[in-house]
Amino acid sequence: MIRLAVISGKGGTGKTMITAALAQLLPGTLVLADCDVDAANLELLLSPRLIRTDPFMGMKCAVIDPAVCVQCGECEARCRFNAVEKGKDAYQVNPLRCEGCAVCAYVCPVSAVTMQPRQTGEIMYSDTERGHLVHARLVPGAGNSGLLVHEVKKTAMAQDGDRDLFLIDGPPGTGCPLISTISGVTAVLVVTEPSVSGLHDLKRVVAVSRQFRPRILVAINRFDLDAFQVGEIEVWCRRENIPLIGKIPFDPVVIELVRKGVPVTSAGTSPAAQAIQILAANLEEELKHLDNQR
Amino acid sequence: MKLAIASGKGGTGKSMVAANLAFTLARTEPVTLVDCDVEEPNLHLFFPAPATITDVTVPVPVIDEASCDHCGKCEEACQYGALTVLQSRILFFPELCHSCGGCTLVCPKGAIHEEQKRVGAVSVSAPLPDLKLISGMLDTGSPHAVPIIKAVKERAGGDPLVICDSAPGTSCPVVETLDGCDACILVTESTPFGLHDLRLAVDVAARLGVPIGIVINRSDGKDQETLAFCTDHDLEILMTIPFDREIAAIQSRGDILCQVQPEWQKAFYALFVKCSTLAGVER
Repeated sequence: MIRLAVISGKGGTGKTMITAALAQLLPGTLVLADCDVDAANLELLLSPRLIRTDPFMGMKCAVIDPAVCVQCGECEARCRFNAVEKGKDAYQVNPLRCEGCAVCAYVCPVSAVTMQPRQTGEIMYSDTERGHLVHARLVPGAGNSGLLVHEVKKTAMAQDGDRDLFLIDGPPGTGCPLISTISGVTAVLVVTEPSVSGLHDLKRVVAVSRQFRPRILVAINRFDLDAFQVGEIEVWCRRENIPLIGKIPFDPVVIELVRKGVPVTSAGTSPAAQAIQILAANLEEELKHLDNQR
Repeated sequence: MKLAIASGKGGTGKSMVAANLAFTLARTEPVTLVDCDVEEPNLHLFFPAPATITDVTVPVPVIDEASCDHCGKCEEACQYGALTVLQSRILFFPELCHSCGGCTLVCPKGAIHEEQKRVGAVSVSAPLPDLKLISGMLDTGSPHAVPIIKAVKERAGGDPLVICDSAPGTSCPVVETLDGCDACILVTESTPFGLHDLRLAVDVAARLGVPIGIVINRSDGKDQETLAFCTDHDLEILMTIPFDREIAAIQSRGDILCQVQPEWQKAFYALFVKCSTLAGVER
């Protein structure tokens, strides 16, 4: 099974739009995952039919029993996350700050602290025209997005590990959700845009990706908005020996079709759709090549 | 006053709004601009200037193998699976460690002490006479953004006017950025993606009790659904920036709209006045 993650570093470069189109265009059997669990959008383009929902339990959260608390303040002093605050009659834990380390429970001399399980999200398993989709919803403000990404990937592998391709819509950034997304993938497609920010963030996300040794490929979205920056990206990719396998033009049809809730390749032959067809063909070649190497 | 700029969805124009707000305000008063998107910081690209860089470190456990008797208490105490005790040695996985100090506390032999490990850096510069830029940068491959965000916000300390540019999303980096801010601007775009993620961002800000206002960026005039959502939730539209290829070009080459087209300064100053009202600060 080929595992391909679409990532970007910078947010809003077009990862989801491209992932949805690739799901339509790439051959073989598929399983899909939306690993941008903070702000999952792939479902908005693939009209999934929900099969089941499972709760996601994040790290436990400390809860202080006010009837038992003797207000010694040991928990507050030892908490490294400033999650314990002095209340009126007892200390209390701010669940948004609590990282579940349980140090407060350990140091409490009267055992007033218990670590309680909390649901911080849900994992959804759905059907789409191109295969099953695993997506998730993190409770806004909750932590553990890296852990949730891991669970999403695990669900996809466990349920649909026999598919030809595991196609992942990744999160922006370079922190734990991204690292969790790209660990164990065969290839990453980095979608960038022609801007100083796009190139800067491309360089950083490639540096992180290299630590996991996947095949790295790049595509430029909205490439016709700044010819100079496209040149900069091309020069950098060449120097780094990274194949640039697609250039997608700015095309108002993209927003129009996102508003309709369908992939850009599902209607007509717009300039963006044609460019993504070329990207998909190049990607197919690259992935075939990878398959042969195994 | 401390303002945050966040979005839910990435690439809606947070940094653009932050940079232009700071540029406009710095013409008349001291401003501290804080780049809290430490995974992909970009503001320094818009304000190039020589910077002082300092390391951000977190404490991680170091085990004295001579005193350790491999009792396994540390592994049991670690909620993150960062320690594995084998028969004759201990494996430590730094990328899983949250630096809570639990292992050090529970070790009956006192065999664990902590040492500082670098996870990123803070850079401070003065690109304009009245503008201080504080940027956080997470080391590539390091997973935990929160300690760096804490460090940059600490560096801004009690500066009179602080603007914090957040990472996208709705999880811990955003919570850390918004925490303690007096008001928050949510930058959105009028697409189903923009609206979907705006809902989540509004939820996070509400949980933290931070007052919010909305900026619609790259508007193509089809903002009805976003406007309806804002009316339903009693959210004020503080500013609408139209889609314009020239603005996109200015932004993509790393220039500042308010410098290239000074007529925009008035609109960004008006945005600031509205934010002050949201924050309950008289201007």
